Amino acid sequence: MSEKEIKNLEEIFEARIARDEKIEPKDWMPEKYRKTHIRQISQHAHSEIVGMLPEGNWITRAPSLRRKAALLAKVQDEAGHGLYLYSACETLGISREEMYEQLHTGKAKYSSIFNYPTLTWADMGAIGWLVDGAAIINQVPLCNTSYGPYARAMIRVCKEESFHQRQGFESLLTLCKGTPDQKNMAQDALNRWWWPSLMMFGPTDDESTHTEQSMKWKLKRKTNDELRQQFVDQTVPQAEILGITIPDPDLKWNEERGHYDFGKINWDEFWQVVKGHGPCNKQRIKDRVSAWEKGAWVRDAAIAYAEKQEKRNQEERKAS
Amino acid sequence: MKKNWPLWEVFVRSKNGLEHRHFGSLRAADAEMALENARDVYTRRMEGISIWVVESKDITASNPENNGELFEPAQDKVYRHPTFYELPDELKHM
Amino acid sequence: MNKESLYDYILTIADNCLILGQRLGELCGHGPSLETDIAGTNISLDLIGQTRSFYQYAADIEGKGKTEDDIAFLRLEKDYKNCLLVEQPNDHFGYVIGRQYLWDTFYLLFLNELQNSSDETLSAIAKKGIKEVSYHRRFSGDWVKRLGDGSEESHLKMQEVVNGLWPYVDELFDMTGVSKELIKQGIAVDLSKLRETYFKQVSALLEEATLEVPERKYFVYGGKKGVHSEYFGYLLSDLQYMQRTYPNMTW
Repeated sequence: MSEKEIKNLEEIFEARIARDEKIEPKDWMPEKYRKTHIRQISQHAHSEIVGMLPEGNWITRAPSLRRKAALLAKVQDEAGHGLYLYSACETLGISREEMYEQLHTGKAKYSSIFNYPTLTWADMGAIGWLVDGAAIINQVPLCNTSYGPYARAMIRVCKEESFHQRQGFESLLTLCKGTPDQKNMAQDALNRWWWPSLMMFGPTDDESTHTEQSMKWKLKRKTNDELRQQFVDQTVPQAEILGITIPDPDLKWNEERGHYDFGKINWDEFWQVVKGHGPCNKQRIKDRVSAWEKGAWVRDAAIAYAEKQEKRNQEERKAS
Repeated sequence: MKKNWPLWEVFVRSKNGLEHRHFGSLRAADAEMALENARDVYTRRMEGISIWVVESKDITASNPENNGELFEPAQDKVYRHPTFYELPDELKHM
Repeated sequence: MNKESLYDYILTIADNCLILGQRLGELCGHGPSLETDIAGTNISLDLIGQTRSFYQYAADIEGKGKTEDDIAFLRLEKDYKNCLLVEQPNDHFGYVIGRQYLWDTFYLLFLNELQNSSDETLSAIAKKGIKEVSYHRRFSGDWVKRLGDGSEESHLKMQEVVNGLWPYVDELFDMTGVSKELIKQGIAVDLSKLRETYFKQVSALLEEATLEVPERKYFVYGGKKGVHSEYFGYLLSDLQYMQRTYPNMTW
């Protein structure tokens, strides 16, 4: 194809997205669109499955059977979401195994929040309330994104995710209404998860490199800072209901703006964790790699069995 | 041996009277496993009462490049639609 | 009817569900594929659901105002009456599958009998459980075949699993904790009647999976009497951690 032809196709392509048409797997798409989507969808998928680990850490120690079942179901959903997203990404011409490879070698990123440790039971509540709360804000607009398979996966994810934040909040509320020990546990969890949750929306708008292009392709509807503000505004009253204090002395309502002002985020910490030097980066990847490697003989066996069965079936057909 | 589980497409009937609808995909080594995985992955919340699985490679898909010749010729065949025909107003139900 | 013996009887069933559910819960996120993680969690969730139904009923019977969680979390090791099979560790996926299949086959036969119990609650729990466990057995059985008749490596591994778990299977039929009175009243299941069918079914599947059925001479018993394996204390210290560290709180 000549450069001019490509340019022409690109214009038609962008116009389709602008008209709110969806792009489907076999449609022509600019290479950059494909690559950006592979990067974002696979990152998203990785976040789901790495995200299983910090919460999975508490399944065996959940304090009641009801909580144990809810947590199991939640972590299971995350596996499901990872699966939907990997499948969506595979339609762009990359296999799940290649994506795993990128994750395992540190080439691919995932949400930094999962590099923080889950130290107490209250962390399960805090993750549901804050981390899933932030994730929902990030994800809901993606139900309308331009790439069909991604949008469809997100619709399913968002539908299922609606119970996650509620179970987290309910669990924290129980702690806050409980004994002083329980309430302290909840406060401590908020202290540790608050700032990393704000970081989940990514760098500030002036630092963010992909925003404009992402807006055009409907990978984003609002900027990082807008979404972060939305999160703060919705979360502050919820913390009041819980009766615990957000660890930010600068947090206060700004009448003029109609929003909460909040303190400065420690971006050094953010970049440090992104670059692999958070408290749990190594442990998380080690766990994923170990699960994958230890499972190799199982996956191979299943293939070997399937091939044998196929051969037997063929012989049977021949004989009859 | 370095062979990955193939990809399968999952179709679910959510209740009797409705068609099977494409729900998504998954990995499985054989058809039985694909069916079991589909049950565990896609019907956890009572989404279905019947499942079809088919290996993705067995699906033949039309190519969007041919969309012009495949689908556009239908556009001017308006006589296939009931609104093409003019009938007197007195005729209420037809 | 003797309340105490019925209470004990319910625990001899439910403790298995709890402990196996707990074992499966350890795995979530660490299995060979996302699909198997999701499947394993489903089984775990079914078992925990059954545990809750059984314990709620046990708490009612006992009538001392206990909750399902008191029963699940606040007993001494020797008071858990699960059989040794279900507490065996998840050494690798083959053990998870082997343990599951050996348990599912028994449990399905058991529930099929329990649904005829003269105790209406037990019968109702059994009827609901049958559907769940039929699927579990199908899932684990299919996997035993895949691993047994898969690659050379998996065949060796799976044979090792079967040999390793075999000593624990006869305890499934041990009548400790099942009073004769309960059987006479048609409440409890006479386990000895299930043994033959069990070994027949298991042997047939192992053969299909090209695995050897171990000779059944030496078996180990103990769990049902509260004498557990060394693994069990660690399992309980995880399970009970919160309830022991923060006693008398609501979660």
